[in-house]
Amino acid sequence: MRRIFKTTILASTLALTSLSAALPALASADEQFIPLPTYRVGPYASSGTLWWAGLLDYLRYVNEVEGGINGVKLVWQECETEWSTDRIVECYERYKNGKDGAPTAFFFTHSTPASYALIEKAAVDKIPLIDAAGGRTESTDGSVFPYAFPLLLNYYSQASVGINYIAAKEGGFDKLKGKKIVTVYHDSAYGRETQGPMELLAKKYGFENIQIPVADPGNEQSPQWRQVRQAQPDWVFLRTWGVSTPVGIKTAARFGIPADRIIGDVWAGSEADVIPAGDAAKGYQAIAPFPGGAQFEIHKRLKEHILDKGKSDLKDPKFFGSVYYNIGLINAATAVEALRTGQKKFGNRPLNGEEGRWAFEHLDITDARLDEIGFTGLLQKIKLSCNEHEGGGAARLQQWDGAKWNLVTDWVQADRATLRPLIDAKSAAYATEKAITPRDCGNEV
Amino acid sequence: MSLHTYTLPAPFDNAPVHLVGSRAPWPLLVLLMIAFGVVPLLGSDYWLNAILIPFLVLSLAGLGLNLLTGYTGQTSVGSAGFMAVGAFATYNLLLRVPVLPLPVALILGGLFAAAVGWVVGIPSSRIKGFYLMVTTLAAQFFLEWIFSKFPWFYNNASSGTISAPNLVLFGHDLNTPTHRYLFTLSVVTLLTWVAVNLVKSQIGRNWMAIRDMDTAAAVIGIPVDRYKRQAFTVSSFYLGIAGALWAFFYLGTASASSFDINRSFQILFIIIIGGMGSIAGNFIGAAFISLLPILLSFAGQVLLGGAIDTGQIQNLQKIIFGTLIIWFLIKEPDGLVRLILNLRERLSVWPLRF
Repeated sequence: MRRIFKTTILASTLALTSLSAALPALASADEQFIPLPTYRVGPYASSGTLWWAGLLDYLRYVNEVEGGINGVKLVWQECETEWSTDRIVECYERYKNGKDGAPTAFFFTHSTPASYALIEKAAVDKIPLIDAAGGRTESTDGSVFPYAFPLLLNYYSQASVGINYIAAKEGGFDKLKGKKIVTVYHDSAYGRETQGPMELLAKKYGFENIQIPVADPGNEQSPQWRQVRQAQPDWVFLRTWGVSTPVGIKTAARFGIPADRIIGDVWAGSEADVIPAGDAAKGYQAIAPFPGGAQFEIHKRLKEHILDKGKSDLKDPKFFGSVYYNIGLINAATAVEALRTGQKKFGNRPLNGEEGRWAFEHLDITDARLDEIGFTGLLQKIKLSCNEHEGGGAARLQQWDGAKWNLVTDWVQADRATLRPLIDAKSAAYATEKAITPRDCGNEV
Repeated sequence: MSLHTYTLPAPFDNAPVHLVGSRAPWPLLVLLMIAFGVVPLLGSDYWLNAILIPFLVLSLAGLGLNLLTGYTGQTSVGSAGFMAVGAFATYNLLLRVPVLPLPVALILGGLFAAAVGWVVGIPSSRIKGFYLMVTTLAAQFFLEWIFSKFPWFYNNASSGTISAPNLVLFGHDLNTPTHRYLFTLSVVTLLTWVAVNLVKSQIGRNWMAIRDMDTAAAVIGIPVDRYKRQAFTVSSFYLGIAGALWAFFYLGTASASSFDINRSFQILFIIIIGGMGSIAGNFIGAAFISLLPILLSFAGQVLLGGAIDTGQIQNLQKIIFGTLIIWFLIKEPDGLVRLILNLRERLSVWPLRF
């Protein structure tokens, strides 16, 4: 037994090493390399598989239908990370210098902890970190964080969009006075992130801000919702994650809180969050910088060129147009558009990390451009700059009807002017702590 | 005719008695010279940052747990909790007492972890085995909860994350991978040396006596309770330092969730696979557990050219780990290090058999 075991190990090691030397390289220097820290297994696999499927489908579409970005083909390499920070860091280290001569222009972290872990390394290595609707909120200030991009909608804006939507439903900001808004949040860094902006907004509009934590994982939430019930809230802002979302929605129903008074956060607004809650979720609304649905123009193109030809990464076509799939599409499209922007300045060739930063900072996706790439309604218009790394700051609201998400509003803009001083104060504190001299954004070209 | 007379004790020349062979440990010295001299010159950023530093830190953590589990026989699944104490204590010391030099803060962080370990070790005087394991499990969850519940520990950062302050040692900036690698290596070497001597000393022999049979140990006069608590304390000191190194020298940041129960299991697997009750086993186990996933993912990409998706390879890795752990527990409780020793013994008489 032991001998067999040893022989097997020896033989397989030998086989692996000899083969790894013999096989040809997969990328070449005239291609743009994109490292992908995927998570197709592990506790978050149900969202990860769809996210990466959407992303890969769009990249394939660009390569095969459009012939790459101005002729520059995209190549990518997945590393399976199970969404664990140290594996994402390992993946970053492995591919930060590109692969086989094809340079890396940016790195999708898709994990707030990993964004935190990499933020300083990336600034040294000059690799932009892309973490749409996540990441470190204060990295919106690109003068202190040149290489971090919490694209589209940071956590502060998420809170603000929620409040603005409530105000619209109530009939104006003056109607918010005296209202009770309860935030039920996952007791983690992610959940606590909106406490600052909610306090500020409560002061500004005069509503009562009640924060109720749910400890991870949140399988049992009766005490919390009893508390919510006692508070008699006008609205509930649900900032949970994973299993705590459907449990929260179900428990709310049990305590007689109507689902249409509950507004879910970005990460509490996918199919996986509402289907397990069954009928209780009917009428539940969620903030959607990445709306669900397969009715957009890009879906038609993908269906024709990718799905129907069997080239999709999606294992079950039922999930075509699901929220997480669309997140993947949006991430891929923003990155592709950024590369296109960069190529206008640097020429039609693959970009490196420093050029990638320039590209993202000059990204300007207008409504007309959204039409061209088929993302109208799915993606908001984005304009980034040196000290503005968020770009959008808007989201649509979607409502679950028991079978699918329906969009109920157009893009709701966050009140970014009110929140920006909070972000600036935090980024200034970071700059002092780390002895960083902020870039002078006036001089950036 | 002469009469041979024998007297006892025999003179030293006739019957030399050495407790421990005094052969110079050449292979070890060569290994250290390579690690200190050659690796920093040859190693790329990727190797230093993503492979060697985590490998060293995990080895140290394994060593800490091995002192408790492998040498004293007290099972613990709270290792990551003690690592968190070390990381958060070091962070707060550096933040709130800026005059402290890095090594002092690191040692004090370790001492904080040691103190917590002492407290968690108290029940070991009354309960054993699975029940003791459950108290360490409670400690794990309690510590994780503390470091996410009270914002003071992470300086009220909105995200609950602590990040490395500027790492400076005697005026040298430690922010390049090479420097961080060398610092980590020095700490690990020093602490390993201490551990080797510790297990050879009376303390170590008392621990092993307790491990082998605590009633017998008590009968021959070893204060069992005190030595069990001591093992908890020393083990937590090692884990605390490993936690601080993990947070500041490897990832550069940490939060309570970096030290969750999975990390504890990872460390437990390191000592099961590497070898319980062995110092070298920790290094072998850590190498195995931190390098196998990377090797597999490389192999998957190169061999299969992406034909099998990376998720399947990750599942394969879980199967391999699971099988190996079962196999080791049944067939070779002494772990990989025993396999290597057996191999060496066989090679020393090759081609003959024992």
